[in-house]
Amino acid sequence: MSDQAETMRPTRTPAFEARLKKRYASERRFKVLGLGAILFSVAVLVFLLINMTVSGLGGFQRTELAVPVDFTQAGLTVPANPVDEREVVQALQRQGLPEVISFSAEQALGEEGAAHVNNEAWRLVGQQIATDPSMLSQRVELWLPTSENLASAYAGDGNAELQPLAQQLADQGLLEDRFDFGFLQRADATDPQLVGIWGALKGSILTMIVTLALAFPIGVLAALYLEEYAPKNRWTDLIEVSINNLAAVPSIIFGLLGLAVFLAIFPGYRSAPLIGGMTLALMTMPVIVIAGRNAIKAVPPSIRDGALAIGASPIQVVFHHVLPLALPGILTGTIIGMARALGETAPLLLIGMRAFVATPPEDFTSNATVLPMQIFLWSDEIDRGFVERTSAAIIVLLVFLLLMNGLAIYLRNRFEKRW
Amino acid sequence: MSDSETQTVDAGVALSNPSGKSLEHETIDVGEPKMRARDVDVFYSDKKAIDSVSIDIHTEFVTAFIGPSGCGKSTFLRALNRMNDTIPSARVTGCIELDGEDIYASGMDVVQLRARVGMVFQKPNPFPKSIYENIAYGPRIHGLVESKTDIDEIVEKSLRRAGLWEEVKDRLEDSGTALSGGQQQRLCIARAIAVEPEVILMDEPCSALDPIATAKIEELIDELRGRYGIVIVTHSMQQAARVSQRTAFFHLGSMVEYGLTSDIFTNPRKKRTQDYITGRYG
Repeated sequence: MSDQAETMRPTRTPAFEARLKKRYASERRFKVLGLGAILFSVAVLVFLLINMTVSGLGGFQRTELAVPVDFTQAGLTVPANPVDEREVVQALQRQGLPEVISFSAEQALGEEGAAHVNNEAWRLVGQQIATDPSMLSQRVELWLPTSENLASAYAGDGNAELQPLAQQLADQGLLEDRFDFGFLQRADATDPQLVGIWGALKGSILTMIVTLALAFPIGVLAALYLEEYAPKNRWTDLIEVSINNLAAVPSIIFGLLGLAVFLAIFPGYRSAPLIGGMTLALMTMPVIVIAGRNAIKAVPPSIRDGALAIGASPIQVVFHHVLPLALPGILTGTIIGMARALGETAPLLLIGMRAFVATPPEDFTSNATVLPMQIFLWSDEIDRGFVERTSAAIIVLLVFLLLMNGLAIYLRNRFEKRW
Repeated sequence: MSDSETQTVDAGVALSNPSGKSLEHETIDVGEPKMRARDVDVFYSDKKAIDSVSIDIHTEFVTAFIGPSGCGKSTFLRALNRMNDTIPSARVTGCIELDGEDIYASGMDVVQLRARVGMVFQKPNPFPKSIYENIAYGPRIHGLVESKTDIDEIVEKSLRRAGLWEEVKDRLEDSGTALSGGQQQRLCIARAIAVEPEVILMDEPCSALDPIATAKIEELIDELRGRYGIVIVTHSMQQAARVSQRTAFFHLGSMVEYGLTSDIFTNPRKKRTQDYITGRYG
């Protein structure tokens, strides 16, 4: 009889077991869907990275031609006690270094030879001589960047007449793609053989420094004031709503604001990282304020009480306890804001940072461009050489982003404390 | 427990006369009270949480506040060192004096007040810093110490007084939050006494602890008596009976009865007190 009673209980009936099976089945479905979502995102990310790396690695190389140069006959001399590399290169130019290079190229490759070597190749040779003047007393074989046409031909593209020559030179081992260190040192140029990313990278670094220096302290102070000191009334509600809205304003609007306000105040600094940084700081600050307020709210009230109860003044409570505990959260918000600012082009278009800048910026007030803008400009070029350079620039941007975030995450983990 | 105190306390009668400036019927042979509260009301917005409470706090004995949840005992305790100031809607009227000074007077510095009237909370709340830093923090912000050796001395003295020194002396650099619950609470007591307060307010200090840790804290409270005025809020009537010499029974925001702990528990004057103590409600 007791057996009978057992089987009659509601949780022992077949209907209940069927419902139980359904519950497990829905859990399994949910798990599979979640796993699918993760796998899809990972696959997309991996595809993006592989694609970028494969096509981008070519961008760090350029086609170079081996040219033997006999300096012993050229009669070139390096000026005594030169001030800098530039002076040496100018002196060598006056003494006819470009002609020496053209002559050597013609010797090696025939009459057309001079045209296959890049116009600016002599400048690179001059820079090498400046670092190592003993070259002038030797016969050396130099790898010189080719002309744009020969480079396209070597890549199996462009001028069809040049392609057999490129093939022949390559077979002789005189023409190959070589790693181009200069890409990381030069700035923009019209010839894809001669462009570099350092100008845009330095522009980005300078702009980010200005952005961080403005947005972080202002954002953190605003968040602290709103959370810790501001009375809760209609005005602070209004400020809160405005800050939340500010974080959602399309970035190009901030560009217009930068144009109308900052460039009106500092008209001489068009295209300067200073103005770019100020504009991006406007955009980043609300993100830091919102993240900062949430992080400050998350500090347990018991810690505040503990500090107040042994007689800490409100500002000591904030700076000794609340801020250190909220810092990891604030840094997370800062990472998000800065990453967004680093990838931003629209607001910078309006304040003139899309200019062609052929020299890396000297300081915060020189003309500059930034990495995403450089990518945008290069992707707009028709020359085939720029395609790979664009991918290479994207890799540089991603690596910079990774380093910046890595630093922030390292700092965040250092400050992270458990309670 | 109160053998030496042969006089009777008739605080209940005195308190039924809220206009009285002193507790006239109290004839116990002790010094001036450390703290004196008269006709204290506490409001949260318009809601009256504490209704006309008058009480004296002496350094010579431990005062316990008992009563059912929500009766206002913690609210009143927090009024004694102005921790209610952190709640914007809270308002205190009446008079609370520390050594004859009104602590709500405009001339009273709240930072100094809290250094003189320390507090230990229900949930242990050590700072997420080392054990050493937890103790050193108070003396440091008040500038009570000059040199590293001074701080070392205070840290050791405070931890010894809190009965924690032997357990932690070899790991002062460990995080305070890595200690067990009972140790954390003793660390919080050590942190409170490091600034040499005159009164320590304890808000249910044992409610989150197991019986062994509770026993240690109770022992500690007994040792600290006499050096500091101690007020303890507790849910446990046994605890009040064990550690305190004076007990105040709170109910619905007012203080129903105040007197010798032994009297409150064996011979309460008010029916409400008796009902609570015998477990009719609460």
